[in-house]
Amino acid sequence: MSTTLPPPPDDGAPPVVSLQGVWRRFGQVDALAGLDLEVPSNKITVLLGPNGAGKTTAIRMITGALDAHAGVVRTFGLDPSVHGEEVRTRCGVVSAKPALYDRLDGFANLAYAAELYGLGRGDGIDQRIRSAAARFGIEHALDQRVGGFSTGMKTRLALARSILHEPDLLLFDEPTSGLDPESSHAVLEMIREMTAEGRTVVMCTHLLLEAEGLADKVVVMEDGKDLVSGTPTELTRRFWPGTVVLVGAQNPESMSIAGNIPGVRKVEPDSNPSRLRLHLDGDHRIPEVIIALVASGVRLTRAEPLEPTLEDLYFAVRTKKPIAADGGRQLTPIGDDAPVTDRHRQVAALTGWPVAEGVNR
Amino acid sequence: MTATGAARPAAVPKDSWRQLNWRRIWIVARSDIRQLLEDKGFWMPMVFLGAIFFLIIPTILLLTITKIGDVQVVSQMSQTLKILPAAAQSQIKGTSDQGRTAYALAVFLLAPVAIVVPLTISTAIGASTIVGERERGTGEFLAHSPAHEREIYLGKLIASLLPGYATTIAGFGVYSLIVNLFVGPEVGGWFFPTSQWWVLMLWVVPPFLALTLSIVLRLSARVKSTAAAQQAAGLVTLPMIGIAYSQSTGALFGAGSAGLWLGVGAWVVAIFGLSRGMRAVSRSRLLGVADGV
Repeated sequence: MSTTLPPPPDDGAPPVVSLQGVWRRFGQVDALAGLDLEVPSNKITVLLGPNGAGKTTAIRMITGALDAHAGVVRTFGLDPSVHGEEVRTRCGVVSAKPALYDRLDGFANLAYAAELYGLGRGDGIDQRIRSAAARFGIEHALDQRVGGFSTGMKTRLALARSILHEPDLLLFDEPTSGLDPESSHAVLEMIREMTAEGRTVVMCTHLLLEAEGLADKVVVMEDGKDLVSGTPTELTRRFWPGTVVLVGAQNPESMSIAGNIPGVRKVEPDSNPSRLRLHLDGDHRIPEVIIALVASGVRLTRAEPLEPTLEDLYFAVRTKKPIAADGGRQLTPIGDDAPVTDRHRQVAALTGWPVAEGVNR
Repeated sequence: MTATGAARPAAVPKDSWRQLNWRRIWIVARSDIRQLLEDKGFWMPMVFLGAIFFLIIPTILLLTITKIGDVQVVSQMSQTLKILPAAAQSQIKGTSDQGRTAYALAVFLLAPVAIVVPLTISTAIGASTIVGERERGTGEFLAHSPAHEREIYLGKLIASLLPGYATTIAGFGVYSLIVNLFVGPEVGGWFFPTSQWWVLMLWVVPPFLALTLSIVLRLSARVKSTAAAQQAAGLVTLPMIGIAYSQSTGALFGAGSAGLWLGVGAWVVAIFGLSRGMRAVSRSRLLGVADGV
């Protein structure tokens, strides 16, 4: 089902999580419909998708909170439906709703988790609780009832709870849900720090900005399936239409010659009328095109290669926007000699978007 | 700390009572009880209920009969005691009508409060215990925790059972004091609790409570909301109270071993109910995604 791109360079470690063809049905609805997922060790893997894509169900499968109706689930190489206790002891989960006990104070919430995860009680554990809370800036509120916490405070406390037992794998389901931008930023920074400590992180989000700059691997999900997955760089290489340069000039009319310059495949207007988007054969064409424009008397004010954001990629994959180099509604492999592969056909099957079999192949 | 993905030695699936982690069961129970104690809205009515049944009503009735009672009314009540079984009549102490009436009231007729109070309190707690986790979203925390479903179930059962039973035991102490203070002088000294009451409190009430809770917790795991759980639990509890009421009263009236045998029967049924009830808690139900939830 997957259109997984070539995996990142193998660092020798087996994947922490491996889901193969996993199905899970609720009533008449397939929450997961053949999900393939591999989570590399010590990396942040972001599950990206709209509400109902199956992200939360995937997390529940990973810990064994739910069993798969079909397919294979392995976490730390173990089957969570059989070795659930061991798997869950090594996982820390922050769900979309912080799942805290409102009638207890912050300390009691963390102490409950510490005991449930087998840490026990005592001064050592109290100290551990306080340092976990301090790490997320919530230690000042430990003696207050959680019912009076703001959403941001609850999220911080839930994050502190998730690391108390020093789990190997952290699973965050929309951890910034309901947070203001400042708190979201702080939470994402904290998540980033966790991989630096040797932890593996899986984060679900439908907010593209969250994944931007955070994800080592992105899995785009829709309707319980993984649409595509890979590192952001790999996805860019695969789904972004080659090199696009934004150029601006004092005299915009003078840029009309751009279409005649060798290496320029297409000229597009930009939202700013004094600028154009030039689609080139590749990065190596950029100097030549700039030189040619200047030589033709164009007084350039800007020449900026456009890097696609994760949002661009996401919508390119998900909403069937044109991603082919020629702007057509087709899947077109990038590069003159690139063949149409099975992956293109798989993506085409999922998106309903034709492969450009007859264009340049 | 570092996640390597390497498999650790295989764990043994938990599939029997012996493999349950009783420490973890107690952790779940203690946390639930602590939450109840933190909620004044819960324990105030609980104390009030116990006070009504174990303090206020007995005090008024026994005081009325022994101190300020109308002699004619007391005499009539004393006559009605003759309809009691012979075994019960032979146990009634006291030389005066007042004394015999007060004794019968204290020992036999108020016995069912020992059933009503714990069942009412524990059912109220048990009805919301699992569906409440789901409604608050904390079921997600438990579902992802290492705790086994059976450990969660038993923890919840204990947390529902203990407050009701503890209130009853405390109320029983207060009731014993009142009975001895008001009725004792009429029958030659402190006499309460009688042996039948010890059997009732320590041997008969717990299994009835456990059986009722095993049903209530199953309901709590299956319904969609706390309100629905309370409604359904009420329907279950009423007949249970009726059965417990009649059986406990009968045991007190009966021969010395009747209470013991009633307790044995109740324990057998309760253990069956508990073993069936344990299957009701599943992770999908804690998450609210089970079919039918």
